[in-house]
Amino acid sequence: MEIEPKTTLLDLLRQNLGLTGTKEGCGTGDCGACTVLVDGKAVNSCLYPACEVEGREVLTIEGIKDKDGNPHPLQRAFVEEGAIQCGFCTPGLIMAAYALLLENPKPTDEEIKRGIAGNLCRCTGYVQVVEAIKKASSYLEGGGP
Amino acid sequence: MLDYLKPTTLEEVFTHLDRLGSDALLLAGGTDLFLKVKKGKLTPSFLISLQRIPELNFLREDKGLFIGATTTHRTIEKYPYVRKHYPALADAEDVLGSVQIRNVGTIGGNLCNAAPSADTAPPLLVLGAKIHAVSKQGERTIPLEDFFQAPGKTVLTPGEIVNFIEIPAPKPYTSSAYFKHQRRQALDLPLLGVAVQITLDRDLGDITPSLSATWWDCLKERKVKCLSARIALGVAAPTPMRAFNAEGVLQGEIVTEEVIEEAARTAQKEASPRDSLRGEAWYRREMIGLLVKRMIVTSLLRLRR
Repeated sequence: MEIEPKTTLLDLLRQNLGLTGTKEGCGTGDCGACTVLVDGKAVNSCLYPACEVEGREVLTIEGIKDKDGNPHPLQRAFVEEGAIQCGFCTPGLIMAAYALLLENPKPTDEEIKRGIAGNLCRCTGYVQVVEAIKKASSYLEGGGP
Repeated sequence: MLDYLKPTTLEEVFTHLDRLGSDALLLAGGTDLFLKVKKGKLTPSFLISLQRIPELNFLREDKGLFIGATTTHRTIEKYPYVRKHYPALADAEDVLGSVQIRNVGTIGGNLCNAAPSADTAPPLLVLGAKIHAVSKQGERTIPLEDFFQAPGKTVLTPGEIVNFIEIPAPKPYTSSAYFKHQRRQALDLPLLGVAVQITLDRDLGDITPSLSATWWDCLKERKVKCLSARIALGVAAPTPMRAFNAEGVLQGEIVTEEVIEEAARTAQKEASPRDSLRGEAWYRREMIGLLVKRMIVTSLLRLRR
């Protein structure tokens, strides 16, 4: 794939690959709406040079459903707990939560809050989000996402 | 037009720098630099990515700690040796940016970006860090207090890059702390950063206040001497700074509330904060007084055994 060096990973995903699940909230790494996983680590794709993903694995919100196309337990828990209002921050939040659970399958409330501190949500006030992540962790039985 | 280069050895980096001069900029994580390029604040013709150079990405314990320039903040945050022996640095990595930023941003990038607000700077200053820089001509070691020249500017010469940061092993009865004074709990820049490292002549022992003796009374009774004090401030001057006069007040003295407060007042006078978006000078000066005292106490509390 040929791209301009100034391209960010976010642009690569949305413009070049048509994967519009990942959102641009601020474009400056200050909101987390653009969060995706690169080699298992949460990053702000709006700041990540697209040139750097060569040889690396990128996981976006489109990639976490199971092989039958069912929503991931995180997605299910977010819906059940009312953690989605306008939905704009949701893909980034879920990917941040996914990265958190990869590292820490049974986080405490405090650990959850620290894990998603890089994601802003203007609608929910975060309580439902924390509950949803706790619920997802129990769905996954501490076995990681 | 921008070209993106991906060298895999230091020699290749030097060759590029030699050939391209100021048309090229070095990219570590990119959380500061790539954003500036994206926004057009910086207009290099070439970006030289340092992400594939193993000599720059390591953590090594050896009578102290050696941190490669492209080690990410997240790696340092999670490193037990750092948390145990250099708590001020762990404190800073806990609060820098966000998890997403820390997974990509590097310690070398943070220092070379040379913002007066760099969160790793005050801790590294009090921990006695030294920059090991390397160029085609050879190597040199720069104490961190000599590294920053002006906002956004270091003493590195063209063709010179940071290889690694060296932090000496802490002496016995030494601890440290860093506080990032910020408006939000995450995803914010500090409006003031305060780091302290204290070495005592013995541990604090079991200081238990009672009805007749406050914590400060107990401390005074204990008569611990401060063998070494280091105090550093971020966002209190054009570059991260050591408060040498304040350190002199505490160093060599028996630690009491009065001595600590005098050190804090001295730090206030030494600093030259200014009015800015995040806070006004008078407020920053007030908070220096409060936070220097608080970080000295935090370091002391970490020395209870």
